[in-house]
Amino acid sequence: MATYELIVVGGGPAGLAAACQAWEKGLRHILILERDSELGGILNQCIHSGFGLQRFREELTGPEYAGRFIEMLGDTGVETRLDTMVLQIVPGKDGAPHQVHAVSAKEGYQVLEAQAVVLAMGCRERTRGAISIPGERPSGIFTAGAAQRYLNIEGYMVGRRVVILGSGDIGLIMARRMTLEGAKVLACVELMPYSGGLMRNIVQCLQDFDIPLYLSHTITDIKGHDRVEQVTVSEVGPDRRPIPGTEMVFDCDTVLLSVGLIPENELTRAAGADMDRRTSGARVYENMETSIPGIFACGNVVHVHDLVDYVSAESERAGAAAAAYVQGKRAEATARTLELKNGDGVSYTVPQTVRPDEAGKTVEVFFRVNRVTGPAAIAVRDGEGNSLTGFRRAHLAPGEMEHILLPGNLVRSAKGPVTISIEEDKGGSAR
Amino acid sequence: MKELVCIVCPRGCRLQVDEENGYAVTGNSCPRGAEYGKNELQHPTRVLTTTVRVTGGVHSRLPVKTSTAIPKALLFEAMEMANAICVAAPVQPGQVIVENLLGTGADLIAGRGIAKG
Ligand SMILES: Cc1cc2nc3c(=O)[nH]c(=O)nc-3n(C[C@H](O)[C@H](O)[C@H](O)COP(=O)(O)OP(=O)(O)OC[C@H]3O[C@@H](n4cnc5c(N)ncnc54)[C@H](O)[C@@H]3O)c2cc1C
Ligand code: SF4
Repeated sequence: MATYELIVVGGGPAGLAAACQAWEKGLRHILILERDSELGGILNQCIHSGFGLQRFREELTGPEYAGRFIEMLGDTGVETRLDTMVLQIVPGKDGAPHQVHAVSAKEGYQVLEAQAVVLAMGCRERTRGAISIPGERPSGIFTAGAAQRYLNIEGYMVGRRVVILGSGDIGLIMARRMTLEGAKVLACVELMPYSGGLMRNIVQCLQDFDIPLYLSHTITDIKGHDRVEQVTVSEVGPDRRPIPGTEMVFDCDTVLLSVGLIPENELTRAAGADMDRRTSGARVYENMETSIPGIFACGNVVHVHDLVDYVSAESERAGAAAAAYVQGKRAEATARTLELKNGDGVSYTVPQTVRPDEAGKTVEVFFRVNRVTGPAAIAVRDGEGNSLTGFRRAHLAPGEMEHILLPGNLVRSAKGPVTISIEEDKGGSAR
Repeated sequence: MKELVCIVCPRGCRLQVDEENGYAVTGNSCPRGAEYGKNELQHPTRVLTTTVRVTGGVHSRLPVKTSTAIPKALLFEAMEMANAICVAAPVQPGQVIVENLLGTGADLIAGRGIAKG
């Protein structure tokens, strides 16, 4: 059986950064398993620019950003197997190596062994079934990401007159892309009273092309026999139910769904890792280790990121921690733990749990808020309600992931679980 | 006074641009925002990203972008040009596909390499 120090599942930006970093930290037997025919993950189809502003101080396209990491990987001795799908991970007991089962057309069924595993499988799009739109079931309904792949990689236009449901970034990006390719995008329809995408994408993808954004609206009917012919859009009330009498009808041949992403965690669940219901990803410690010692996770498989720059940074942490694990620096099963709790306004945090005595100088915490706010403070309090530290923000929105750095000393001396919450300024009411 | 959202980075600062006072910008968190605000009201520009056809490669489409931002008003004309182009693999990353696109001074360049397939 082939044995590695580290096996990385998934060759997107998360897997690439984790592998490069583990190499940097001294591991010499690393393997990336990727089911696609090339490395780079979802970035290969994201041909728009807007990647790498934080990391490279340059506005790169998705393929360019991936290219930088693929080039870095080329300077290492990290092995890769493409067209190889991982089917199962069997955790080793008591520090024994983990087994990774995979299959490829070329090499058939393979069972590999590794002391540490990094899970970097990314996420997939929610499909129509997951949000159950009423109406007929004609062709012409695509997830925005599938349409993006058809257009940008295969070169197929999926339609001419388009209505987009959901205002996530992928939907917004596709509104512009389809318009530039000659389609008419009639509307972008969002159930919530705010957009799920970045403000800059609303401006440069919708407003630049006069595409209307209907907030607090949803699709209430789809008509068409073979192909989509017409959709009905209605306004929704605060209870998110359609308001009768507000119907608008659009003649169109295509509906694109941009209604969210779900981390792809079949492997994680089957391996027996503790999951977080709110992120749909594994619960992780500050070093991105899951509840299974020696199995780490990073990138969109842990929680959905809007910026790849953060994916890379988080994944480098996972890669470094996996290397430390292989090199014998393992957290004791009895290590002290500290929960990070979601206070008012916070919908999740990553990590969910910190091992204070393992944490370094700082603990990086990612989270999302559950409402749009004006000027607000991010408050960090211990189990007794004492303020540990705070951070100011001019505005907060669920579509924009937040991150804060907690000083390690502060975490080590905290009494009881630490709660992160949003405290809006008086007078600065929610918009 | 004109209100704008800066699109230069994900922070999305809300800018106020004073057209009567030399397009003075406030609300920006960095100098790039001031430059954006000034330009946006006088001669707006955008980086165009799209694909062109490739033959003989491992893929049939090549992602391309303009090397610098081009006037917004030329986006559709630039698309027409890109859609008429077909390049032969292999393509090197950064390879110039069209020089001085529509006289804008910007080149259309390859966003990735494409090997022969
Ligand atoms: C359509 C779209 C548009 C985006 N636009 C932007 C943007 O404009 N700016 C920005 O900064 N960020 C953007 N993002 C976010 C950013 O691209 C992602 O956060 C980032 O790509 C996530 O990286 P990842 O490696 O976790 O996942 P992915 O890129 O999805 O990579 C996961 C990889 O794992 C592989 N894999 C999965 N399961 C298995 C298995 N069982 N066996 C083997 N391999 C497997 C997949 O094939 C894939 O290659 C966008 C994301 C999407 C989905
Ligand atoms: S002003 Fe600067 S920080 Fe603000 S959005 Fe523009 S580029 Fe980003």
